[in-house]
Amino acid sequence: MYFIGIDIGSTASKVAIRGKIIDEFVIPTGWNSKETALHIKNKLLKDFNINVLKDDSIIISTGYGRVSVPYSQKQITEITCHGCGIREQFDYDLCTIVDVGGQDTKVINLKDGFVDDFLMNDKCSAGTGKFLEIMANRLNITLDELFELSNLGEKIKISSMCTVFAESEIISLMGEGEKIENIASGIVDSVVVKVAQLVKRQGIQGDMILTGGLSTNKFFNKYLSEELETKINSYSKGRYAGAIGAALIAEDKYKKRGRV
Amino acid sequence: MIDIKKDLPEIFEDFAENRQNSFLKVREVKENDNPLIGVFCKFFPQELAIAIDGTAVSLCSTSDETIADAEKDLPRNLCPLIKSSYGFAITDKCPFFYFSDLVVGETTCDGKKKMYEYLAETKPVHVMELPNKQSKEGLVLWEKEIYKMIDVLEEYFGRKITKEKLEEAIKIKNAERTAVKDFYEIMKNDEIPVSGLELWHVLNGITFEFDKRAVPKQLKDLKEKIFSENEKITGKPRILITGCPIGGATEKVIEAVENHGGVVVAYENCGGAKAIDRNVEEDTGDPIRAIAEKYIEIGCACMSPNPNRMDLLNRIVDQYKVDGVIDMHLQACQPFQVESLKIKRFANNEKNIPYISIETDYSQSDIGQINTRVAAFIEMI
Ligand code: SF4
Ligand code: SF4
Repeated sequence: MYFIGIDIGSTASKVAIRGKIIDEFVIPTGWNSKETALHIKNKLLKDFNINVLKDDSIIISTGYGRVSVPYSQKQITEITCHGCGIREQFDYDLCTIVDVGGQDTKVINLKDGFVDDFLMNDKCSAGTGKFLEIMANRLNITLDELFELSNLGEKIKISSMCTVFAESEIISLMGEGEKIENIASGIVDSVVVKVAQLVKRQGIQGDMILTGGLSTNKFFNKYLSEELETKINSYSKGRYAGAIGAALIAEDKYKKRGRV
Repeated sequence: MIDIKKDLPEIFEDFAENRQNSFLKVREVKENDNPLIGVFCKFFPQELAIAIDGTAVSLCSTSDETIADAEKDLPRNLCPLIKSSYGFAITDKCPFFYFSDLVVGETTCDGKKKMYEYLAETKPVHVMELPNKQSKEGLVLWEKEIYKMIDVLEEYFGRKITKEKLEEAIKIKNAERTAVKDFYEIMKNDEIPVSGLELWHVLNGITFEFDKRAVPKQLKDLKEKIFSENEKITGKPRILITGCPIGGATEKVIEAVENHGGVVVAYENCGGAKAIDRNVEEDTGDPIRAIAEKYIEIGCACMSPNPNRMDLLNRIVDQYKVDGVIDMHLQACQPFQVESLKIKRFANNEKNIPYISIETDYSQSDIGQINTRVAAFIEMI
């Protein structure tokens, strides 16, 4: 029996397999999430010898592209899945999860293993992974380089709230000959401050855990815990939290009632 | 007279049938020489319109069709309800506005207040001064404003508003309110015969029935019909919607709930329970005072403080066995956005049920996000 969680995010799609095999993989989402779903299906067959249509497998899809997986038996939001996904790693009577996603940043409070409350950023992309991505592109560096550089520089204030205007602010800073380390530091700080604001608004309950794409980034963890004045746990499989959660929910549901 | 059917802007073809028919009825009202009063708010005492054998019709618009037109005059970061309503008014795209003899505004939120000043350039507008507080002094002011409103109506339409007329109007409106209340209370049942969206369409459609006397029988018949014919909904998470006026473009929030396994059992917003909860006291000998007392008690976020909203929410949560509260805000609406923390504390701490606030506008661009939020909220319950 295989329990498979597929988390189609706006930039990356994560897959977690539980049951007879335990593994994870990630592929870029690309333009069309339907095609991504097809890719995943082929990869499962090729690399793991799992035929999702024939073999005994229970599949739950999540993430913003969760409706584009025609072979999944159920769709569950990434909020619930992230909540469940950290179970493998942490004991969580009470904890607060921060997931900085490509499109949305979420702060999730868990209590006794269930989502108790959550908050998401509003419509705009400030304080999300998208913001970092756009700015790194603008500076012509990778996301990892952005963080490496930010660690060397001195924060300068990026005052624009909106990504588009922040981008032009950065262009003029570059034009003025500002050091790239300082710009990088300012960019990262702007996201850290916005994420911290969201966390404060929601309130920290118990341990803090970072999931999502930035969860293994030691700089991001350091800055955010400084800003919040609290220790933040990271999780090496943090970016798979949503997918793992989906797979675990599939397993739970199947064991309880024979279907999802 | 324009040929309404033919000249209707395209968008109206999609509107609920009831509303479309009412465009035709509104012409009848005019052909019988009866006053048509366009209003923007639940605080306007509808009894006054009935007392001059006229009709009050809501001009609040809920589509983004005319927002671009409105933004020529109004700031972009204003609440979409104000922009949309103003846009329909200045482009002559709303037959109700087009046929309104008089438009009545109230000093509720600042955006609306200032918008009326521009509106007055195209139509006769009278603004009632609504107090900020439901205090003794507030009631005195509000009663005076109702006297003033009566003078304006009498003079404008050349008709007399007598005590007898008012008492009669009170009875008609009370009967209507009671019937509507009786209808939406079907949602108190464990097994309900309509979805929240269907209920909403009935509540909304009924406001466009101009013959208020006909409403009780219509609703009674409808109720019997749905109870005998419709399949019952049961066992789903029961959601209460509160916040800014909902409807039209923001029905996307109701749909998000019901597409993801929940059911909306109650609306506290305007158009739902808020304005219907209380009746006007009958035969007191002072109908104007009685009207003032009822209307000032509406629990709108424009009132500060606003205990009546809490009181009503409290009752609804218990009576309708509500499992979760969705507080819907229109972008840039200060009164309701600021008040949202109170509602969250009330739901979480006092009633021990989950709460979520959803900010939206009249566009369809945020449907994906709304679906994720609402779905996660329902999964949580
Ligand atoms: S929300 Fe308040 S201001 Fe708006 S229509 Fe209702 S009562 Fe009037
Ligand atoms: S929704 Fe808010 S801002 Fe808009 S008209 Fe009503 S009270 Fe005013």
